[in-house]
Amino acid sequence: MHINGVEIEDTFAEAFKMRGARLIITAVNPRWALTAAQVTTGFGTSVIACGCEAGIEAVIPADETPDGRPGVSVLIFTMGSKGMENQLMRRVGQCIMTCPTTACFNGLESDEMLKIGGTLRYFGDGFQSSKRLEGRRLWRIPVMEGEFLVEESFGIKKAIGGGNFLILGESPEATLEAAERAVEAMEKVREVVLPFPGGIVRSGSKTTSKYKFLHASTNTAYCPTIRRQTESALPEGVNSVLEIVIDGLDEEAVREATRVGIEAACRPGIVRISAGNYGGNLGQYHIHLRELWK
Amino acid sequence: MTTTILRLKEPITLPVEAKSVSPDRFVGLRQEEVAALPVLFGRRQLTLGDLFAVEGDGTEKTVIEGDLSHIKRIGQGMSQGRITIHGNVGMHLGAKMCGGEIVVHGNVDAWAGAHMSGGLIRVHGNAGPMLGAAYPGEKRGMCGGVILIDGDAGPRAGERMRRGLIAVQGNLGEFAGARMIAGSLFVFGTLGARAGAGMKRGTIVALGEIADSLLPVFRYACSYRPAFLRYYLHRLREWGLPVTPEQVAGLFRRHTGDVTTLGKGEILVYDQ
Repeated sequence: MHINGVEIEDTFAEAFKMRGARLIITAVNPRWALTAAQVTTGFGTSVIACGCEAGIEAVIPADETPDGRPGVSVLIFTMGSKGMENQLMRRVGQCIMTCPTTACFNGLESDEMLKIGGTLRYFGDGFQSSKRLEGRRLWRIPVMEGEFLVEESFGIKKAIGGGNFLILGESPEATLEAAERAVEAMEKVREVVLPFPGGIVRSGSKTTSKYKFLHASTNTAYCPTIRRQTESALPEGVNSVLEIVIDGLDEEAVREATRVGIEAACRPGIVRISAGNYGGNLGQYHIHLRELWK
Repeated sequence: MTTTILRLKEPITLPVEAKSVSPDRFVGLRQEEVAALPVLFGRRQLTLGDLFAVEGDGTEKTVIEGDLSHIKRIGQGMSQGRITIHGNVGMHLGAKMCGGEIVVHGNVDAWAGAHMSGGLIRVHGNAGPMLGAAYPGEKRGMCGGVILIDGDAGPRAGERMRRGLIAVQGNLGEFAGARMIAGSLFVFGTLGARAGAGMKRGTIVALGEIADSLLPVFRYACSYRPAFLRYYLHRLREWGLPVTPEQVAGLFRRHTGDVTTLGKGEILVYDQ
């Protein structure tokens, strides 16, 4: 199968069950909303080393946010509920509450709720107060700038993490250009985020290592510089590989993002689109690339 | 028919207790069963059918037409459905209601929404005294829900209020939010004298003038833009209240009190 002359390898991405949450961050202007969102999602690339995977889902216009201010929606993914509570407490408390003019609202209605604002409120040292309107409870925490407003509870739901595809290109420039185009296209898909820097991974990993103290190491089969020293998955003419990892609130959103991303990445200078998997033994979701167009 | 219609047969001057007028009582009843529901006319036991021409079987939606100024307790304790009233209504409208919606195209008398814990009361007219308040001897007034008044409201609105929202587009009588425990009370017109007397917690928001200076038991804290207020004003605008962009983005002077009690209440005054 080819798209614009680029081969779509007959393989699949292996993705995992995760838990997802959505935060709506608002601020006095888009700059501060985006600043808070960027800090909140910082160091949130891989759940193994960062505790969560996080990214910006969308910029939200003022007339669509709960308080009528410019906003940004952020998705955060963890392996379980406990980890999510831990990450939300840290990130809302340290990255959003500290950021001037921000407020933080729950963006996901769910049966499973985690008390976040309801715990952060104690920062108010007894001077915190709550407001409840139509079942939504908000905590007002006095801070030096004025007040930080945070929702009592945040919903979490079953989600999917680790969707991915690999872009195998003739040159670093062509590969990066294709990856950037893919990210641009995928950013329009809601309910997904691309948790790595700029949405792109240059150092994909495998789950084994020659060193006993390491659980993961560089994806040797896709490293062009060592293709003659180890078993390589790279066809001749490929000199650079970039990966795009996708986390989403449901499988359909991840499939859609993968499809539009691959279509955008199939450009001159790209040889093949592949995907990372572990033989199908670890992940609960298998996203077969060629089936995305059926 | 999906609506039950009650038309007042002739003007009434004696007080009527009509707590049977509620969707909770009407649903599932046939027309004649609705008409047979009891009301207290003065000291006499009558039926709804004696006072009203009833149209349609009992449903979740009820429309009432006529001058109901002497008819009390309509929608008392209701938990579902909608009552629409074309005319003025007597005391205790929607008292203790916990759900559903009451819309009045007219004025309402005292104690509307007293002790209500949920639902919505919308009055396209004025409200009498003790709106959403507590009955004498009771510790807590309104405990939830929303009351929206297009006109003015009488004295002691939100007295001992514990939770919920009252928004008055016109003027608010004296002692608004007195002994308030929590909740939110908005006034777009003039805030009456002695507002918030004895309040422990809760919020009174004055978007217009203040009839008299605030009680000295309230202390000025700062001028700021409360984030939660944007959320509330945004919602009030969705309900059709005349919230201006300047009010949404504006500065508010925060006065905390009543310092003779817990002192965690606040009066937010729009800095025009």
